[in-house]
Amino acid sequence: MSIDIEQFHGVFFEESQEHLDTMEQLLMALNVQSPDHEQLNSIFRAAHSIKGGSGIFGFSALGEVTHVLENLLDKARTGTFHIDTSTVDLLLETVDILKQILDAYRDQDPLPETLIETGKKKLEHVLAGQPAAAQQDSEKPDDDDFGFFDDEDYVSANADTDDFGFFDTETESAQASNAGAEPNNNEFGFFNTQKTNQVEAPRGVSDSDSTAPKGTANSVNNNASHKSSSSIRVNTGKIDALVNQVGELVITQSMLSLIGEQIEGALGEKLQSAIAELQRNTREIQESAMSMRMLPINMTFNRFPRVVRDLASRLAKKVELKIEGGATEIDKCMIEKLVDPLTHLVRNSIDHGIELPDIREQSGKAASGTVILRAEQKGGNIVISIIDDGAGLDRQRILEKASENGLVASHDMPDEDVWPLIFEPGFSTAAQVTDVSGRGVGMDVVKRNIEALGGRIDIESRAGSGSAFYIHLPLTLAIVDGITVAIGDQIFVVPLVNIIESIQPASAQLKRLGSDTLLHIRDQYWPLVAIHELMDVDDAVTDPTEGIVVLLQSGKQQFGILVDNLLGQQQVVIKSLEQHYRKVPGISGATIMGDGKVAMILDADAIAYQCRPAYQEEMLA
Amino acid sequence: MSAAEQTHFQTKNEFLSFVLGEEHYALDISAVKEIRGYEPVTKIANAPDFIKGVLNLRGDIVPIIDLRIKFNVGAPVYNEFTIVIMLNVLDRIVGIVVDGVSDVIRLNDDEIRPPPEFGVAFDSRYLQGLASVEENMVILVNIEHLISSSELGLFDTHNQTGDL
Repeated sequence: MSIDIEQFHGVFFEESQEHLDTMEQLLMALNVQSPDHEQLNSIFRAAHSIKGGSGIFGFSALGEVTHVLENLLDKARTGTFHIDTSTVDLLLETVDILKQILDAYRDQDPLPETLIETGKKKLEHVLAGQPAAAQQDSEKPDDDDFGFFDDEDYVSANADTDDFGFFDTETESAQASNAGAEPNNNEFGFFNTQKTNQVEAPRGVSDSDSTAPKGTANSVNNNASHKSSSSIRVNTGKIDALVNQVGELVITQSMLSLIGEQIEGALGEKLQSAIAELQRNTREIQESAMSMRMLPINMTFNRFPRVVRDLASRLAKKVELKIEGGATEIDKCMIEKLVDPLTHLVRNSIDHGIELPDIREQSGKAASGTVILRAEQKGGNIVISIIDDGAGLDRQRILEKASENGLVASHDMPDEDVWPLIFEPGFSTAAQVTDVSGRGVGMDVVKRNIEALGGRIDIESRAGSGSAFYIHLPLTLAIVDGITVAIGDQIFVVPLVNIIESIQPASAQLKRLGSDTLLHIRDQYWPLVAIHELMDVDDAVTDPTEGIVVLLQSGKQQFGILVDNLLGQQQVVIKSLEQHYRKVPGISGATIMGDGKVAMILDADAIAYQCRPAYQEEMLA
Repeated sequence: MSAAEQTHFQTKNEFLSFVLGEEHYALDISAVKEIRGYEPVTKIANAPDFIKGVLNLRGDIVPIIDLRIKFNVGAPVYNEFTIVIMLNVLDRIVGIVVDGVSDVIRLNDDEIRPPPEFGVAFDSRYLQGLASVEENMVILVNIEHLISSSELGLFDTHNQTGDL
């Protein structure tokens, strides 16, 4: 039996995580002055679902905390408890605690006992202060009454099962509605503000006690079916498998069209038109399969209102966060990997960028600063911008710090050369290390994370008016745009992002320096990397004048590789070499070409890194 | 335990026998994914010579190794009779090049004799035992040990989670 239940644990953890996220978002959106009933109800329902699940699976600590939380929320939604900012803070704190408990259960770690106790105490403390709060609220005598009865009930409900408490409140309202016409109206008015699909159930409840359980059950079912109609939960492994299979289909299709070209006559024409149809179909299937991996970037953005709120209040700054383009879709793998770099950048914008309110006013700006988090699709790229209207980067300080760290920096450097200095390892302009800045995740890590996702980051900044960070990312990690090149008898794919240009060098442009060859183009010397040696290819062109040099850029490194020929440009599906073999130096992965053969994808960053010592030493010598 | 009982508890094991040069080998058939003819592969840079390269097995990039080169048995010739056995070992797919696949043999535990300490091309660590099948001596290879061995270097053992 217990084994049967354990298989649902994963689903429970996932759903609870979602409920907690929902609670957090709703709490953030809650207008404290006039809380929206529907929002309060949604928060309550989320808490209730978690409690229900934790009861079933025996996660008692989770249930206990949610229970107290639920009591508080229930009073809030029935209007007997007035929510203020400090309560919202407390509720958010509780959500955090719940997340930790959930993680502990999931990872089978010891529970954060002290945290649970203090969290519960705080909530109970606020709950205990309740009657006083309700009485202050003397404008609504009816509510006062309810508040009183509710309190009584909750005392017993705490000892009993939780659902009891829930039904009791309904019973209470049912009794109250019998007592007089006035509260009855109120009652209906209240319920009518709920979602339409919920109106039925509560009405049944207030009619008679006996229908109460049925009615509630209905409303729960309604909720569930409402959700499942819009989306289903699919294991990501299945999606990846589908994407792989579609990739296979595309290859088979292109093999078929190669064969189709060889068949002549009327039959050949028929075959080719059928193949053309197949080609269109497979392309569409591929696009649909790919789109399944895509998720709205809101999945990442949604956490930021909380981050900004917490940080701004800690730093005594006023910050307004604007989120734009949250519906932009991005590969699911990137969603998770973007969290850390984005958090760092947003924190930086608030910590270093946005000034304190009085300073802002002195410089003629609005007391409240603005941070814009924007996502948009530009061509085959996603651009995420983090823009603030703060003080801008401190050019002077960056240059000082750079020379302190022994970096090459001079005061007449243009801005666009100064800003990237902050991405150097060990670079922090924060004068004092707070828990906000200097947490070990430097800008160098941000840059590395972004580059690991196949992207790059640009900075714009103007003193006094703010700074902007632009993250350019590929749409997906599963496909890369590349140029196919022939080196000897092998075909390689060079990612388009790294390519600057390709040229056929004349012998006058070639200079020798020690054992290295340099290519002189437009007043710049480009080291030539002997890629055929690196990749161990026989029969490759070794004389640069007979082949083509592809100029590549990776980070700050620029170099050329000599190839026999350029074959074409195409999008290729990236396949992992590590799955069945191991990592190969200088290769970022493999792909399958139209004829079913495997081609290696060159890793420009790794090649630059591998070759760096050799030619840099030469150049210094 | 009496002899009769021992026979009773015996299990029949199935092996796929193959030929390397002049020698007969066999491996546990449950590790075999499929058998196919040798096709040209894509070379991997700076790999040892017994790793022929990788090929596309229905979307999986699979390494192909030639045991004849690794263990110096027979001549590494590639013709229409050259066979690749695709193996499923430890969640990975690896192809091994052999001179030919002969038969599926069924052996009782008591028909498997302990491996000799020397005299075969394989290190005895990778051997499961010896068996006689129709006058021939068949060498049973512990394919899981062999494929995952550091000697073949097919798996990243230390660098799997290392920096990229």
